[in-house]
Order: sequence, then C-alpha cells, then structure tokens
Amino acid sequence: MIGMIRKEMIAMLLAGGQGSRLGVLTSDVAKPAVSFGGKYRIIDFPLSNCINSGIDTVGVLTQYQPLVLNSHIGIGIPWDLDRNNGGVTVLPPYEKSDTSEWYSGTANAIFQNIKYMENYNPEYVLILSGDHIYKMDYEAMLDFHKAKGADVTIAVIPVPIEEASRFGVVITDDEKRISEFEEKPPQPRSNLASMGIYIFSWKALKESLLALKDQSNCDFGKHVLPYLHEKGSPMYAYEFNSYWKDVGTLGSYWEANMELIDLIPEFNLYEEFWKIYTNQNIIEPQFVAGSAVVEKAIIGAGAQIYGEVYNSVLGAGVVIEEGTVIRDSIIMEGVTIGKNCVIDKSIIAENTVVGEGTGIGQGEEAPSKLNSSIYGFGLAVIGENSTIPAHVTIGKNTAIKGETSDADYPDGQLASGGYIIKAGDRL
Amino acid sequence: MKALGIILAGGNSSRMQQLTDKRAIAAMPIGGSYRCIDFVLSNMTNSHIQTVAVLSQYNARSLNEHLNSSKWWNFGRKQGGLFLFTPTVTTNNSWWYRGTADAIWQNIDFLKKRHEPYVIIASGDCVYKLDFNKVLDYHIAKQADITVVCAKLPEGDDINRYGVVEMDRDGRILEFEEKPMVAKSDIVSAGVYVIRRRALIDLLEECNREGRYNFVTDILIRYKSMKRIYGYRMEGYWANIADVDSYFKANMDFLRKDVRDSFFHTEPGVFSKTHDLPPAKYNSGSRVSNSLIAGGCIINSTVENSVLFKKAFVGNNSVVKNCVILNGAYIGDNVHVENCIVESHETLLSGSTYIGENGIRIVTGNKNRYDMPVGEV
Repeated sequence: MIGMIRKEMIAMLLAGGQGSRLGVLTSDVAKPAVSFGGKYRIIDFPLSNCINSGIDTVGVLTQYQPLVLNSHIGIGIPWDLDRNNGGVTVLPPYEKSDTSEWYSGTANAIFQNIKYMENYNPEYVLILSGDHIYKMDYEAMLDFHKAKGADVTIAVIPVPIEEASRFGVVITDDEKRISEFEEKPPQPRSNLASMGIYIFSWKALKESLLALKDQSNCDFGKHVLPYLHEKGSPMYAYEFNSYWKDVGTLGSYWEANMELIDLIPEFNLYEEFWKIYTNQNIIEPQFVAGSAVVEKAIIGAGAQIYGEVYNSVLGAGVVIEEGTVIRDSIIMEGVTIGKNCVIDKSIIAENTVVGEGTGIGQGEEAPSKLNSSIYGFGLAVIGENSTIPAHVTIGKNTAIKGETSDADYPDGQLASGGYIIKAGDRL
Repeated sequence: MKALGIILAGGNSSRMQQLTDKRAIAAMPIGGSYRCIDFVLSNMTNSHIQTVAVLSQYNARSLNEHLNSSKWWNFGRKQGGLFLFTPTVTTNNSWWYRGTADAIWQNIDFLKKRHEPYVIIASGDCVYKLDFNKVLDYHIAKQADITVVCAKLPEGDDINRYGVVEMDRDGRILEFEEKPMVAKSDIVSAGVYVIRRRALIDLLEECNREGRYNFVTDILIRYKSMKRIYGYRMEGYWANIADVDSYFKANMDFLRKDVRDSFFHTEPGVFSKTHDLPPAKYNSGSRVSNSLIAGGCIINSTVENSVLFKKAFVGNNSVVKNCVILNGAYIGDNVHVENCIVESHETLLSGSTYIGENGIRIVTGNKNRYDMPVGEV
C-alpha cells in the first residue's frame, strides 16, 4: 500500500514513570518532563537522540501526570518529529473492549501498544526510557545489532565495580554475547551496567510479548530478557563509553546540573554536532543589570538578573531581584525571587514565587522528617507553582510544595529537615 | 483579518556601510535575539493576518535563510502562508524592482488572485509593535482611500531622512514631504499603509503605464489631494533602521527597561526563528553589567552596556564596553573593544584593541579563527 512507508526502526519511549525519588519535583509532572540545564526537560535528550540518529517515528508512552509532557511534546515540531508518516505519537493507556488496564510494567506498556508498532511494520524496535541525560547514536547501536545478528541488543556502560550492585549487570563473552544477567547483584561479576536501552528485532519482541501477555507487571529486565535468554535467543551487549547520567535522585539531579557549569563540562551542550532540541517559547535575550554579579552560571533565555548569582543553573524567564544572592542552586523556568533573599543549595521548581528578604537552604543540616531517603544531600527543594512568603528562613533537607503563607512558618522559620506539603495548586 | 500583508524588504542603504555587505536591512540582527523583519512579521501574525508576501531584492540570501521555514511566525498554513518574491525574468519583464510600487506591481498577479478586501503594506526595516486591526478599523471609520501609519520622530533623530506628515484635526493628511530640508512637523510616516486591494491594483497599473515606480512619491504624494489619505498615529516605540547610528541606537534602546518591557514582557510576543542553542554560560571571571546576552554565549570576562547576539564568545581578561556584538563573534583573551559593532562570525584576536573614537566603529574582515595562537581555540 502506498502511503504507509515501512520504517526500519521505530522507537518506543517509556515516559510514564513518576520518579518518586525526585520528591516534590515530580508531584505534578512525570519525571521525563522535569526541567534540566536551564532550558531542557529530561525527555529532550532521548527525543533529540532519536532524530539525530535518523529515527523519525517515536511512540511516547505516558501515564503518570502527563499534562506537562503532552504540551511539551505537542506535535513534535522542535525535534522535527512532525511528520506526515510517523513522527511522534503520545500513547496513553486506553480502554479496550474486553479489558482496560493501566500500564503495569515496562513490557506490559509496550505490549498494550503492539498495534501501534505493527502499523509501521518495523524490522527493529528501540526501547528507551526518559530518565537519563546522554547523547547517543542509536544508529551505531543498530549497526552493531545487525552485524551480530542479534535478537536483542542491550546498551551497557562500564561503571565502577563497587557501584555495579546498584544496576542490572550483564556478563558477556569476547564477542559481546550475553551469557548471564544479574539484577542488582551483591557480588557483581561484571561492571557492565544495563542502561535500559534495548534494540529488539521486531519478530523476537512481538513473540515474547505475546508469550508473556498474562505475566503480571511484565517488565523487560525481570521477564522479557530472561524469557528470551532461556530460549537461547542471541543477545548482545553494546558498550557505550560516553557521558550517561541517571538523574533519579535529588542528589544526582542536582549534581548533573552543577556539572554543566564546569569550564569545559564533560557533557557539553555547546557542540554544534548533536544538538539537543526542546520546546521553548521564550526566545528573548537575558538582561543582566548594572547591579548584578553573575559568575560560574548557566542562565536561560529571557531571565532578568538584578542580584548576584554564583555557581547556579537558572531557567528561562527567571527574575532575580536586587540584593538577592543565589549560590549552588537550580532555579527553574518562570521563578521570581524577590529582593534581598539568600538562597543556598536549593532546587526551586517552575513558576514559584519567593517573597523578599527570605533565606532558603540556611542553617545546620538535620535529617528530613518527611522522607530521609528522598530529601537529603543538604538540599532545600521547592515544588513548582509554590509560594514562599517574605522574610522567612528555610533550612536544609527541606521540602515545600504549594502556596505557603506566614502561618506555615512558626517564628518565621522552617527548620532543617522540615516540610510543608499543601494539596492543590495555586490558581 | 480582512487584509493580506506585503512586506517591502528589498532595501539597502549605503549609510549602513559594511553592515549590509552581508545582508539586507530587513535581515539585520536586532535586540539580541531577533532580525529586523521579525517585528513586522510578528505584528502581522499577531494581528491574525494569514497571508504575507515578502518582497526582497538586495542581498536576499541571509533573509531567505531566515525565512526558510514560516512556522516560527505561525504562517505554515494551508490557507495563506508566507510568500517570498524576488524579481524574476519573465517574457514581458526583465527589470529589477525599480521602486516600491514597481515591486508590488511586478507581483500584481498575486494581488489579483487573493480575496482579502484590504492590503497592509509595511516595510521590513522598522522596529515596533502594532495591532494592524486597529489601523484597519481606523481606515474603515475614516472612509479613507489610503491610511498611513505615523509615528513621532524618535528623539535625537534626523528628520530629513523621513517622510514628514502634516494632518488636519480629523487626521486627513494635508502635506506629505519626503526627506524635507526643513520640516513643518515632527510626525513622520512609519512606512505602513492600508489600502483596498482593488484600489491598489488600479493605482499600480496606472502608475506602471505612466512609468512611475515609487509608492511614496508616485502614489502618496501625487494623489494626496485627489484621494482621502489619512494618518493613523501609533503610540509606543518605533525605530527605523537606515544607517549605522540608528542601527546601533535601536539595539542599545533594548537596554532600556521600557523598551524591554514592551517587546519582551507584554503580550503579544515577538517571534523569530529558533536556533536550539544552549543557555548562556558565565565562567569564573565574568563581570557582566547592564547588558543583553543571547543564547549560546560564553563569557569569561567583562561586558558592560552591550548587546551580545547568539553564540558570541568573550575570552579571559577582555573588556567589551558599549558594543553590539553580532552572532558567533569570537573575542579572544585580553581584547579591549569599545563603541563598536562587531560583525557576525568575526574573530578579534587575543591582545587586540578596537575603539570607536568618533562614533561607532564597525569591526569586520577577519574571519580566520585558525590564526589564533596555540591553546586558544
């Protein structure tokens, strides 16, 4: 049939996860939609990698809080993924005549979209997640997959052996054929960690998804890969040796942003080659006033800086008023910070308003009373669309979300380790 | 919107000196992130004009590159859209555009095929924000044949490079003098005209028969007593880019809060082509004050009272003062540059000094980035 061009490889991008370890940053947005680097959202990296690798058909699977993600992706214009044939398609779970279920696992989500994939009659399917910061040529990985005659190729990255127990690791022979998997092994026998990026030959993927269709919470790492391995399908590991950063925790998220400030960062966004595209409507230049000091910082378009900014990443349209000092912080798009504030080691999410004379990230550290496994690293974290009143002091390892007022700060303070989580958005 | 738009973007002026060696005035970079033509294109799309023809002639390559996709201004539509017309040789015409009226006349088939009752003609070398719907409403209310948008002469500007307008109390234009030696008023034409499409076609055909080619002298001035020509007073910022000083000043005006607020922070916005550049980066040693910095810039030292366009680079221990630095310019270490316009993709070698002594100096001519001493790329 003319009109339906066969696609050699299509990509399926799993973007439905909450990313609960990012705390209040993901209370209203899915993790792939979290801002990064003063301009981007995390999903921009895999999406840009796709178009830069020549993949023009991408299904984005959404489930958790998809609103920001949907409007960010739109019809895919920023990534040149607005196509007559293919392009980007947002794939939420949908009701079917016999069953209706949410996506219950990574492979289950892909299984529920088997018809979408069949439409393009692909030879290969690339499975991606929207959780990592990296630049990667998936076409080179596909060449490897073809050359090896693999059914599945797993992208792996060498990690320090002492950290390997945090990952799924693969054990390979000299030909890079995978002989064994270990999921978070206490005594890892290999330092090759799975990056959660897979190329499947479509036949093998379809066959295994159908075979495992009754598996509950069907997951690639736990079910599909072991199933194919047991069958003896040829599985290979494609080694990737470049920058790859998981931004799954507040600490690693903060760190990855701060690394961009280095004189020549390991992850360089300033290269002409392999551009990262995003949906950004603010295009005007930023204004740095006569009263401002800006040193070691990355600042997005349209920001207005009247205060002092050191060692920080500021998003588009941020306003920093006079007399305010920002250090070691991430301030996202549309945030306004009033006069004479002092902000240290904080993450302040989109469109939050901070009143004047307020201190954030101040005082001695104390463990979080909300969840010490999420809120740590000495960070003060404020969710999107929040309001912080004037003249209050907020400590370290704190979390705030929602519209707060003086009444929420006894003695004008939120001590280190404290939190204020208010239901509902500021309207 | 009941009008189509025509943008006259053919212009060049020797008073722009080397700046228009590279591009037409309409393609001149303005305000850190824009090209001159973005302002009128944004005004048209924000006024819901769906069909726009850009007539270009002089050095159109850069302009064509800028307009290679119409989607940034929301003109990527099945109905209407953005059309680029440069002069072409046909069986009965082998002329360049001989004037503004001739430029439109040479594309008269386009005018005849459209169905919008009105035409808004605007030049591509002005910086302003204007709702054309209001002009059209005025035009209809006054039952005018032609409406000319008028602005107050920008402060400190020389009136004798403008068309000076004198109106009666009703707004009807009594006098229209092109580039007068002595002016009777400080109200000047902003280069925006509203006219019925059929009336425009008739006037252009008549002009052409008589061998007349200029819209201002051969239509506005010649017909000013015969036709009802009205002036519409626009408020707010308006600048016309015609020489080096006005170009420099228009860019520096964006350091003013009122100008930035009007263009950057008041709806509707100004649109431009997206370049997908990373945010600007300030390394240690950067001292930036009272300056506009565009995306992709990397700054390592002092920048004062300046406008830096996209991807400008400033090395260590340099001083950039009172300058307009166009896109992709590379300023090495220990450079002093003051009162200058630095051309796009220019290289200022380490240790060099460029100062505009009597007025603004244009720095152009050195593109060779590989001349730089080792260890400095």
